[in-house]
Amino acid sequence: MPGLTSEERQRRARREGIASKAPRPRANKIALYAVLVVFAVIYIYPFLLDVGTAFKTDADATAHPLSPVPTHWVLHAFSELGQQDFARWLTNSVIVVVFVTGGRVLFDSMAGYALARLRFRGRGAVFSAIIAVMAVPGVVLLIPTFLILKQLNIYNTYPGMILPLLTDAAGVFIMRQFFLSVHPSIEEAARIDGAGIFRTYWSVVLPMARPALITLMILSFQGSWNNFSMILVAHQSPSLDTLTTGVGRLVSGQLGAGTQYPLQLAAAMAMTVPVAIVFFVFQKYILRTGEGAIKE
Amino acid sequence: MNLILSQRRRETAAGWLMSAPVIVLLAVFLVAPILMAAWVSVSDWTGIGSPFASGVHSTGPANYRALLSTPGLPQQQLGESLRNNVYYVLLVVPVQTALALGLALVVSRRRLAGRGFFRTAYYFPSITSSVAVSILFLYVFGSTGVVNAVLGDLGLHGPNWFNDPNGVIHLVLSGLGVGHAPGALANHGFLGLSWWEWLAGPSVAMIAIMTLAVWTTSGTFMLIFLPAIYAIPADLDEAATMDGANSWQRFRSVTLPLLRPALFLVLTLGLISTWQVFDQIYLMSQGNPAGTTLTPAYLSYLTSFGNQQWGQGAAIAFILFAIIVVLTIAQRLVVSDRRGAQ
Repeated sequence: MPGLTSEERQRRARREGIASKAPRPRANKIALYAVLVVFAVIYIYPFLLDVGTAFKTDADATAHPLSPVPTHWVLHAFSELGQQDFARWLTNSVIVVVFVTGGRVLFDSMAGYALARLRFRGRGAVFSAIIAVMAVPGVVLLIPTFLILKQLNIYNTYPGMILPLLTDAAGVFIMRQFFLSVHPSIEEAARIDGAGIFRTYWSVVLPMARPALITLMILSFQGSWNNFSMILVAHQSPSLDTLTTGVGRLVSGQLGAGTQYPLQLAAAMAMTVPVAIVFFVFQKYILRTGEGAIKE
Repeated sequence: MNLILSQRRRETAAGWLMSAPVIVLLAVFLVAPILMAAWVSVSDWTGIGSPFASGVHSTGPANYRALLSTPGLPQQQLGESLRNNVYYVLLVVPVQTALALGLALVVSRRRLAGRGFFRTAYYFPSITSSVAVSILFLYVFGSTGVVNAVLGDLGLHGPNWFNDPNGVIHLVLSGLGVGHAPGALANHGFLGLSWWEWLAGPSVAMIAIMTLAVWTTSGTFMLIFLPAIYAIPADLDEAATMDGANSWQRFRSVTLPLLRPALFLVLTLGLISTWQVFDQIYLMSQGNPAGTTLTPAYLSYLTSFGNQQWGQGAAIAFILFAIIVVLTIAQRLVVSDRRGAQ
């Protein structure tokens, strides 16, 4: 091999040496895929069982727990779910999610923009306070939230369920980081053209921030759709139950005593479908892993 | 000059105005409630009327004393919940971190077929609500459920998971012939539990809930590891291969040190979240069987919302808050110490 340095020759020899030992890497590869598939089954099979069992009879569910295919397909669980106020839970969940997501996107982006771009006295203090607040563990807030809702007379109301979920220091942080990463030249151009601060924010900055806003929307949607504990302490009327607390009642309440697995699993499936749709539509925003930035 | 000054003023006004909604929300629904709860935790408020009404009196540290130093049911329940949660943290955090790292290392391989599928599969449980997942696991670990069916196929008799209060360390010990507590362990204790009870280990019921925790969170943490893995320069790994390092050596001395910041983040987040386990307990076990799945978060809820002992419930929440803060700081100190030593 002319023209190769000794180091290159060595490297090539080693590479070929590895390639010549083909059987071992192949065995390794098969083992690797076997492990991957086993784990994929562990992570996915419960969901398949969930879907299948939702269409089973109670007896079938108990007798054949491992089979995702019903012996007889029945819609019993779903008709019963209809009698359980499911439509109302769904409506309440949608109301909470719409207000929480809309509010967070608006307020977090405004505050994030102000903290990243506007120079004002007290900015550092506000930002430090927001960081400090991020450190408060959520579960510690259950009793405090109940106390303040009672004090403000909004316990057991929609505002009482929505407002505590609007506090989102992490979202402000995400938006601020985003605005810091964008070059200010476009906004400056708009300002020189005579646009005011709010005008610039609304018609120049927000459209530009689309990727960050979508991320924030996904996080807010998921967070409020799946929230259980804060909704739990904010109301007591069954008419205000969302999907999480309503379905939760099916398990931990009187109904939980019987083993109505198909009913419970049908409810679990129904409440998972919307998050699954959002997940698959926005996968590239959620599973963003910096793969594009590989240094080869 | 005047123009610049008015520009400055406009920016200040706009800055405060745009941050105002967030500031007000955080003040009203985060800072003020915590202060209120702090007051309640040192008061005799019974849940009726406002905690600021004239009939409510300060009791000093009485609620904290009842929990921490006065023998009785509150102290014993707090002791139980702390024991349960300590085992929960000790097992869940390392397992979910190791699993997340392992999965991330594998699905980050560039020449892996179906990598998108595997990633999606591992991440999917993370986006599902705690309610749906709890229902799923009640079914999977039910006495006639999936896990016991698989164990049955293997010729094993599965336990009645959610009704079995036996601690796994006790089970192992009794398997070795130590069925009863040695006197020294039975007669002394801490927080209302004998040392023997502290050493019970997580109950069989808790094992099922811990499995759920690992299953739902490993995908989330896998996602934190992935960017860190992709940021490792490929030639570094190659160079180590050239030097004849095998894959374990490469992992130990190239990959792992470079992943330390991500590892620290995952451990911190894991530690914080495992101390807060609430939803699953509320939905799956309500602290049963025999208090072996009680956690401080759930006990705090139960004490206040269930038994109307608001002062005591709030005190438990603050004790939990303190535990999380102290452990997070301690972990930070340990890590920075190690960094300094190198």
